[in-house]
Amino acid sequence: MSLFLIALLPFLGALLPGLMILAGRQACFGATFLVTLTALVGLLTHAPAVLGGEVVQAQLAWIPALGLNVNLFLDPLGLFFAGLILVIGLLVIYYARHYLSRDDNMGEFYSYLLLFQGAMIGIVLSDNILMLLVFWELTSLSSFLLIGFWKHLPAGRQGARMALATTGMGGLALIGGMLILGQIAGSYDLTVILENREAIQASPLYLPALVLILLGCFTKSAQFPFHYWLPHAMAAPTPVSAYLHSATMVKAGLFLMARMWPVLAGTEAWTYIVCTAGLLTMVIGAFIAFFKHDLKALLAFSTISHLGLIAFLLGTGTPFGAMTAVFHILNHAAFKAALFMTAGIVDHEAHTRDIRRLGGLRHLMPITFAIATFAALAMAGFPLLNGFVSKEMFLEEALHTTLYSSPLLAAGVATAGAIFSAAYSFRFLGHTFLGQERYDYPHKPHDPPAGLWLSPALLMIPVIGLGLAPFLAEPFVKIVTGAVIGDPALVPNYHLAIWHGFKPPLYLSAVAILGGLLMLLAFNPLMRAWDATPRPEAKSIFDGLIAMSVRGANAFAERLHDGTFTRYAALMIVTTTGVGFYAWVTGSTLTTSREMLPLSPPAVAGWAMLMAATGFIIVAHHNRLAVLMLMGIVGLMVSVGFDYFSAPDLALTQISVEVVTIILLLLALNFLPNETPRETSGMRKTRDAVIAGAGGLAAGGLMYTILRSDFPAPSISDYHLANSYKGGGGDNVVNVILVDFRGFDTFGEIIVLGIAAVVIYAMTEALLRSSVRARLLNRGYESERAGDAHPLMMVVLTRVMMPIVLMVGVYVFLRGHNEPGGGFIAGLIVAIAVLMQYMASGFAWAANRQRYPYHGIIGAGVLIAGLTGIASWFTGHPFLTSAFGYFRIPPLEEFELATAMGFDLGVFLAVVGAVMLSLESFSRLARRQDDETSDYAMDIDPSRPEEPEPLGTLRQTPREDS
Amino acid sequence: MEALVASAVGLLTAAGIYLVLRLRTFPVIIGTSLLTYAVNIFLFGSGRLLPDAPAVLRDGVDVYTDPLPQALVLTAIVISFGMTAVVVIIALGSWLSNDDDRVDAPALQQENETVDPRA
Repeated sequence: MSLFLIALLPFLGALLPGLMILAGRQACFGATFLVTLTALVGLLTHAPAVLGGEVVQAQLAWIPALGLNVNLFLDPLGLFFAGLILVIGLLVIYYARHYLSRDDNMGEFYSYLLLFQGAMIGIVLSDNILMLLVFWELTSLSSFLLIGFWKHLPAGRQGARMALATTGMGGLALIGGMLILGQIAGSYDLTVILENREAIQASPLYLPALVLILLGCFTKSAQFPFHYWLPHAMAAPTPVSAYLHSATMVKAGLFLMARMWPVLAGTEAWTYIVCTAGLLTMVIGAFIAFFKHDLKALLAFSTISHLGLIAFLLGTGTPFGAMTAVFHILNHAAFKAALFMTAGIVDHEAHTRDIRRLGGLRHLMPITFAIATFAALAMAGFPLLNGFVSKEMFLEEALHTTLYSSPLLAAGVATAGAIFSAAYSFRFLGHTFLGQERYDYPHKPHDPPAGLWLSPALLMIPVIGLGLAPFLAEPFVKIVTGAVIGDPALVPNYHLAIWHGFKPPLYLSAVAILGGLLMLLAFNPLMRAWDATPRPEAKSIFDGLIAMSVRGANAFAERLHDGTFTRYAALMIVTTTGVGFYAWVTGSTLTTSREMLPLSPPAVAGWAMLMAATGFIIVAHHNRLAVLMLMGIVGLMVSVGFDYFSAPDLALTQISVEVVTIILLLLALNFLPNETPRETSGMRKTRDAVIAGAGGLAAGGLMYTILRSDFPAPSISDYHLANSYKGGGGDNVVNVILVDFRGFDTFGEIIVLGIAAVVIYAMTEALLRSSVRARLLNRGYESERAGDAHPLMMVVLTRVMMPIVLMVGVYVFLRGHNEPGGGFIAGLIVAIAVLMQYMASGFAWAANRQRYPYHGIIGAGVLIAGLTGIASWFTGHPFLTSAFGYFRIPPLEEFELATAMGFDLGVFLAVVGAVMLSLESFSRLARRQDDETSDYAMDIDPSRPEEPEPLGTLRQTPREDS
Repeated sequence: MEALVASAVGLLTAAGIYLVLRLRTFPVIIGTSLLTYAVNIFLFGSGRLLPDAPAVLRDGVDVYTDPLPQALVLTAIVISFGMTAVVVIIALGSWLSNDDDRVDAPALQQENETVDPRA
């Protein structure tokens, strides 16, 4: 199976549980299980080749210019982790099937779980570090969803947030580190980076990169001082804890350290940072774990401790350390997942995880007790179980490690950690299962059905099997170690065995177990001492830090973004002008080389009108109706100006848009007050005038310079001019650019236009559903109403004009390809023709006669434009390649047909629909309670046989304003 | 002629900015419309001014106006209508539901005044 498929399967499969839950919980579970199983089988098909020394690769260029490629590779290390993720995944999925209650949404749970699984598989298979980062972030996000799965529990939500904040922060650091690493190595491909050990370690950027990458690894793998999130993540359902917080997610940090081992390890900085963090984490985690009363909290701190142990092993930088780390990752995953599941069973059966309320469960739950015994003793490092073998190797490695120029420091700390580790393991076992049977359990416990205990029981196979016969794992561990250290020849010639003779590690192991037992015997006095000792509470520190950064961010953001729109508009304009001015002063400017065009009287007249109208707008902007009229002048002059400077298409567009815009603003003024109050101080006005003046001067000056200078580089317009007829079959280059050269842009633009119209529609709907509706319906009239609201002359005239305007629209549309015109302009013209009917006979009358909803017209437009574009795929051309031909049907002259017309038709429809839908929405707001829907097009109609009372005469006195 | 166009762009920009800095929604909308004119003419002007040049291909003609800015501005004009319409409905919604057409959030502004007298 292709590596792509293995990585994709969980993601695709994540869609299944949500659907399959409709068919029942068993079907939902079955789908999830099968997806994971398929991925595992796919992985195993590669196993023989990978174990034989081959590296399976799958490559796909994504954004090669950025060095971002979807390159996957499978080496023994990847195989080891991917196998771990999938096998434990299967067991957890099976366990969760029986663990989740009827109230839990199983489909959602399994979807998240598969998402997470896919992200983890992605991390371990990525060959490209940028891809790895993407998957890394995905694990943070999907684990956030899983930890907060019980949304009703505040602890779950807070734990999820804390985990996301911590691992997300580490993820950011990791991105920085990885980018530096990629820069040093000159490639973002892991396989290339791994070959550049000397260059990377010699680089002055090695230390920053190392620190940043380790920040990412430490946060993910809960190393001190970032260990605090893991215990709080225990608010998640137990299957999540078993999967994420023992076997997979927290191992991602270790995986990355192992993956980067060949290039990063071996330096003094690496050894000191990683070993120190690892040892501290190990001792602190183990010590705290001993005093935790919550079974899962105890296990969480023990996980932290073991993660520290493995980090230390990787930190020593010796091949033996790497080998021990690999072996211990395997062992820890097995016994810790089983322990979490056991804790879940106890919780499930006894309805509590508090050790103080448990005890004596061994007779009530014999199967669970058996599993817990093996798993906990393995964790304690008891002989004949797998934890013993790797812990002995760990002590051996610690004995050979010199830290801070003390040969005994590492060994001493390691032994202390091992003692605590044995102690909390014994406590887990002793205080839960041993002792007197009690009569006050919250719920009488007994062994659960096989569905719950089968998964942890299966995990006992490696725990006991590797404990009795560690040599079985030896070839595999050595192959994986070879992949970690990058050179199979350097793998130490050490045999995994139970008995290595009477050597120091054995003594230390014995000390650890005896010490653990002694600690458990002295539990009560130790616990009293612990309770009496003040110690920092991670959660309150974290919350304080978060609150502090929120305050800091707010203080910063509220200065800029305090809800005062005018302030940040002013800030933005000043900044833009300032930056532009700086660029102007420092950069090279264009030389004014073009001759000035001579002035012409019409141009000067138009200019004068535009300037005067704009000036009046500023002076008289309080009178809103006057502003609209002045705006009309400005718009008209701009249209004329476009026409004057040889842009007929723009002139046509501008003038029709002008019409609909003014109608729109008039509709808005129907509701808004007609006067803008005078409320700004003189100083404020002066300030704004200065800002506006500076901005205007900058824009005008820039315009002048551009107009007077030649193109600094050859323009690409010549290409369009040359190819418009040849390639697009049209003489109107502007239209050909719109429907052909830049057809994709236009396609996007009509979609944006359609979305804008739908947004307006949606907001109108929202307004009409709120309390605003009643107010709108019952509002009064601001001025006396016309007695003849729908006058005869206007109705007759618009009705007569309608077909003519439509004809003009069709004509403008058809000529668009070769003469000024086209879909945009035709759409606006037709929209205006329809609008006139609304204005003449009223909204209700016209709306009753509107057969097709405007949303549909927008949709049809976008669809037609899209389908025209897609049609070119069938002839093997890219999206929106146009074809055209010239035809002659005898009575007609020769004419041209181009596929671009289909596209333009889409543009036309979208424009008509969008304009009409927006204006229609505004009109809907304008309806009143007492509006009467008239069947007649006009109020006074002399030709009507019976003269009904005109609408206006019903209410001659205007109502009081409400 | 270039001076005329440049001064028109300058004045439209200045008027647009001035109105955008007013406190009520309606002048702000008018201000953005004026800025739209200014920006469209500016973009159009980047193709340089050429009166009396043919806009469509003709036999025997060598000098044409620059079609590219025209095509870009054409869609910009239509889109700006859509944008204006959206801003207007937002302004209307705020006015209709709160009887308030000020553009500055009042609560924050007051809060800010106590903190920062410059606002």
